[in-house]
Amino acid sequence: MDLFDILLSASFWAAAIRIASPLIFATIGELICERAGVLNLGIEGIMVAGAFAGWISVWAGLPLWGGVAVALLVGMAFGALHSVLSVPFGLSQHVVGVGITLLATSVTFYTYRVVLPEVSSPPKIQAFQPYEIPLLSDIPLLGPALFSQTPLTYAAFVLALITGLVLFRTPLGLAVRAAGENPSAVAAQGLSVTAIRMGAVIVGSGFMAVGGAFLTMSAFDSFFFDMVGGRGWICIALVVFGAWRPGKAVLGAILFAAFDALQIRVQQTSLGTVIPYQIFLMMPYVLSILALVLMSRSAQVPAALMVPFNKGTR
Amino acid sequence: MTAVGQGAERGTPVLRMEGITKRFGSVTANEGISFSLYEGEVIALLGENGAGKTTLMNILFGQYSADEGVVEAFGQPLPAGAPRAALDAGVGMVHQHFTLADNLTVWENITLGTQGLAALSLRPARVKAKIRDLSKRFHLAVDPDARVGNLTVGERQRVEILKALYREARVLILDEPTAVLTPQETDALFATLREAIAMGLSIVFISHKLHEVMAIAHRVLVLRHGRLVAERQVAETHPQELASIMVGGDVGTPDVPAMPAGPALLTLSKASAGALRDADLTLFAGQITGIAGVSGNGQGALSDLISGVLALQSGRMEIAGKAPDKWDARRAIAHGIGRIPEDRHKTGTIADFDLTENAILETYQSDFARAGWMDWTKARQHTEHLIQTYDVRCPGPETRIRLLSGGNMQKLILGRVLEENPQIILANQPVRGLDIGAVNYVHSRLAAAREGGSAVLLISEDLDEIMKLSDTIHVMSEGRLSPAFARGAISASELGKWMAGQGFEDAS
Repeated sequence: MDLFDILLSASFWAAAIRIASPLIFATIGELICERAGVLNLGIEGIMVAGAFAGWISVWAGLPLWGGVAVALLVGMAFGALHSVLSVPFGLSQHVVGVGITLLATSVTFYTYRVVLPEVSSPPKIQAFQPYEIPLLSDIPLLGPALFSQTPLTYAAFVLALITGLVLFRTPLGLAVRAAGENPSAVAAQGLSVTAIRMGAVIVGSGFMAVGGAFLTMSAFDSFFFDMVGGRGWICIALVVFGAWRPGKAVLGAILFAAFDALQIRVQQTSLGTVIPYQIFLMMPYVLSILALVLMSRSAQVPAALMVPFNKGTR
Repeated sequence: MTAVGQGAERGTPVLRMEGITKRFGSVTANEGISFSLYEGEVIALLGENGAGKTTLMNILFGQYSADEGVVEAFGQPLPAGAPRAALDAGVGMVHQHFTLADNLTVWENITLGTQGLAALSLRPARVKAKIRDLSKRFHLAVDPDARVGNLTVGERQRVEILKALYREARVLILDEPTAVLTPQETDALFATLREAIAMGLSIVFISHKLHEVMAIAHRVLVLRHGRLVAERQVAETHPQELASIMVGGDVGTPDVPAMPAGPALLTLSKASAGALRDADLTLFAGQITGIAGVSGNGQGALSDLISGVLALQSGRMEIAGKAPDKWDARRAIAHGIGRIPEDRHKTGTIADFDLTENAILETYQSDFARAGWMDWTKARQHTEHLIQTYDVRCPGPETRIRLLSGGNMQKLILGRVLEENPQIILANQPVRGLDIGAVNYVHSRLAAAREGGSAVLLISEDLDEIMKLSDTIHVMSEGRLSPAFARGAISASELGKWMAGQGFEDAS
């Protein structure tokens, strides 16, 4: 069967890494929020806003990295709104998150119509192009798969690495993790739980938006309404799958992306004529659910996830 | 027992609080409290729950800011409302509810907040070496790499103390440190504290356990209703004096005069359920039946069986001479069984419900509903009546019960049970964690219910409590019940033998 041919082809793995990149950005963003104790369900909307903000900025004349910066800032702005409501005000994180998703999505579509009132198909931009890393890209299979990607993909992996180092190797990371485990322990040491949690949500939301921007600026070169299409929710599951660890979360994102790349290719084989294509579309989700069930059993949820912290209450 | 060290060198106090007053709305938690702590000295803050001990320490530690008064450490005034300031001045606090993150390791918990947040590395090797050194010096054995969630309660407390020592604390504040410890762990803690005093540290020991205060402190400050009512050198006082100052009068222990037994209200014969094995037990009207024994020997199964949570596996249970067809919690309540559960937080109350909702948990369908609709006016009146009759100290019936102290929570539960005039009262560890005043209150109420003709089943680990109150005593060991002994007919040491499992072979 030609399944092995697919799994051994460089183009398949290159596609998997490409599909994984936006998931990695957003998953790392969500992971930072959750490590600090805040579930950020605004992720889906923030990705939509980031996808639009990055793309429209480049269309308006900013350089590509300028577009990424705008997406980051837009994400941080929505993160700031989320964190004010969920941290010092201590509102339900579910309600705040869903609210942010609805708000960010609607504001994006509104802005789109205001900026481009009369277009029938959205304009294209000159997106990020693959950059072949010298020497490394010559390695068979690995080279084309890993080292012939766009700069934004490399940035996703670097971000995951830095996040891991900061979380587990620096005092700042320890304070973030402790805020998600037992905020009273943080407060008892004279640190501000509010500042730590708000900071984590703002920074994490920025990364989510960059994940969205990847879709319009690297994976594709234009913006469509249903572009994000539930990737934010997948990232929430990937955080659990990765047991709140950046490394494992990256692996989870690649795994999910590989299923996705695989189903497109299997559709084109002889199997595709027998089995309805919807089954293939479903496959990554079904397999992800299975993997999630198996992997997340032993995971340690941050103990104070979704628990608001109010100083001075019993 | 005498305390070590004497804190004889009186220079500048290491800690001074002057005229501290703190009000929460209309409640005055602390009023004009002043004291000084000197180097190498242990002072005990003694007082009942709600006397203002913890509030005072939270002010010192900057978690609350005082409305009036000054706090000084080593002669320097501490700014109000800044926990960091107290830490930096060398004041460390071991909270009653540990402030540790379970999923982090010991060393991570200890180093949290000690390094600048901009630092690029946690320097684990250095942190761990310092922890090992401190553990050795103060005999606080704990593995720096262990996950805190895997540690015992005693070990966690050691981590808390190490946390303070790691920051070079010169003053340790311990809030009810022995509340969660076994007697052996308490001894080890005291050994560590004596070590610390010998090294020149000073300690504030908050407690309501008199014998511990006598064992470790040099000086005792007694708080009552937010005021400092007495100051004594430990060498010049005795537990009885302290107890009476603490509760504001003589400590009256209830009198339980002998009384003829009424009819049998509940009989178990060869009853087995859960951990309970072949138990024979009869509860008579107007009698307190005590169940002694180390907890975890089947007491839970016994009380669950009677309260309808657990089903009978074999044997027979009769309520007022008749075996019920079906048995569940609702039927138990309907049969007049009042329950004071072992764990008032888990099974006794719903923390985020208010007092009214908690007060009618067992009777909301029968007494406080009309045609399927709640009668909140009536429920509220009932709760106000309970608050008044049972002296529940609280702002009002709409207070969430989680805000009440253990003693006040227990008084509400007691009221909830007794107001229904129960035939049988199931009191499982009814005074666990309560202070002397509340203990006596609960005991005298149980004694009064007995006089009113109720059958009381008193389950307790405290042998003194059992022997003081019970008309007949059974001992539980490994799910078995000993035969009944009449009060006065058996000594504590004989009961102890039964508790250790001796005597059962002969009986079976």
